Amino acid sequence: MYKVAVIGDSASVSGFAALGLSVFRETEPEKVKKLISKLAASEFAVIYITEPAAALVSDTINKYRNSKLPSIVLIPSIEGNTGDGMRALHEAVEKAVGSDILN
Amino acid sequence: MARLNVNPTRMELSKLKTKLTSARRGHKLLKDKRDELMRQFMNLIKENRQLRSEVEAAISTANKYMAVAGSVMQREVLETALMLPKQEVELQVDEKNVMSVNIPVFSPKYRTNDSNDIYSYGTAFTSIDLDGAVSSLSEVFPKMIRLAEIEKACQLMADEIEKTRRRVNALEHIMIPDYEETIKFITMKLSENERSTTTSLMKVKDMVLKQNHNYH
Repeated sequence: MYKVAVIGDSASVSGFAALGLSVFRETEPEKVKKLISKLAASEFAVIYITEPAAALVSDTINKYRNSKLPSIVLIPSIEGNTGDGMRALHEAVEKAVGSDILN
Repeated sequence: MARLNVNPTRMELSKLKTKLTSARRGHKLLKDKRDELMRQFMNLIKENRQLRSEVEAAISTANKYMAVAGSVMQREVLETALMLPKQEVELQVDEKNVMSVNIPVFSPKYRTNDSNDIYSYGTAFTSIDLDGAVSSLSEVFPKMIRLAEIEKACQLMADEIEKTRRRVNALEHIMIPDYEETIKFITMKLSENERSTTTSLMKVKDMVLKQNHNYH
């Protein structure tokens, strides 16, 4: 069985602890990078990460983009929605179609 | 287009013709694959976009509740309240093959299915806003799992579409024209050789007739 992880600043991710997800309160880029690699290597299939935290470690996230597991999903943090998650979607469309046809 | 560097022989010609037929067939198949991948991808993208805005809205609501809860309660009390969750989620991961792209399928298993039994704290010392945050998160959680699944599928399919498109283009614009040009070159070279042989034969015949029978 696989597990679900949530990474981000304490205020944004605490609520997920109540759902029984594994919550990691971490925002230091180096530590988040190590954490993602560690989680990806173990039994975590889905990693939710807040947009501000993801922005700091985008190269690590891109590394897992084309592997089957884990699925790394951006979620808005407590400071609001930066639109990075939607931007990733537009990037996928641009890659596949050749131009961004979603607008 | 560049002609391939081969000897103009019948052997090479027949080899090239076989290669051209399989390149044409491969091109057609890959083109069909690309079109079908694209169709499925567009459906997925639509769902992905819809889900993402729903999930983002729900998490924003939860975050607002959380911000209020954080301001009326002490940080430590809040953390303690959420420290030992009642609910537990495990994922079963299966695989689905869509046009030779393996995409993961997640099915969550919950420890408790009762949506009122997820609060890991008594209501005496916590703010009602915390309840709001937890309940809106738990409501949207199935959608979040689906989002994780579909987002991964979109990424994998985008990659596969890109690869297939490159292959289709390489076949269409490089391999097939190259083969066609080389085949044309060999055919011309061979018929040129044939004409040259015929001409020299005619010449020799003339010479022989002239020598032996004095024909003009």
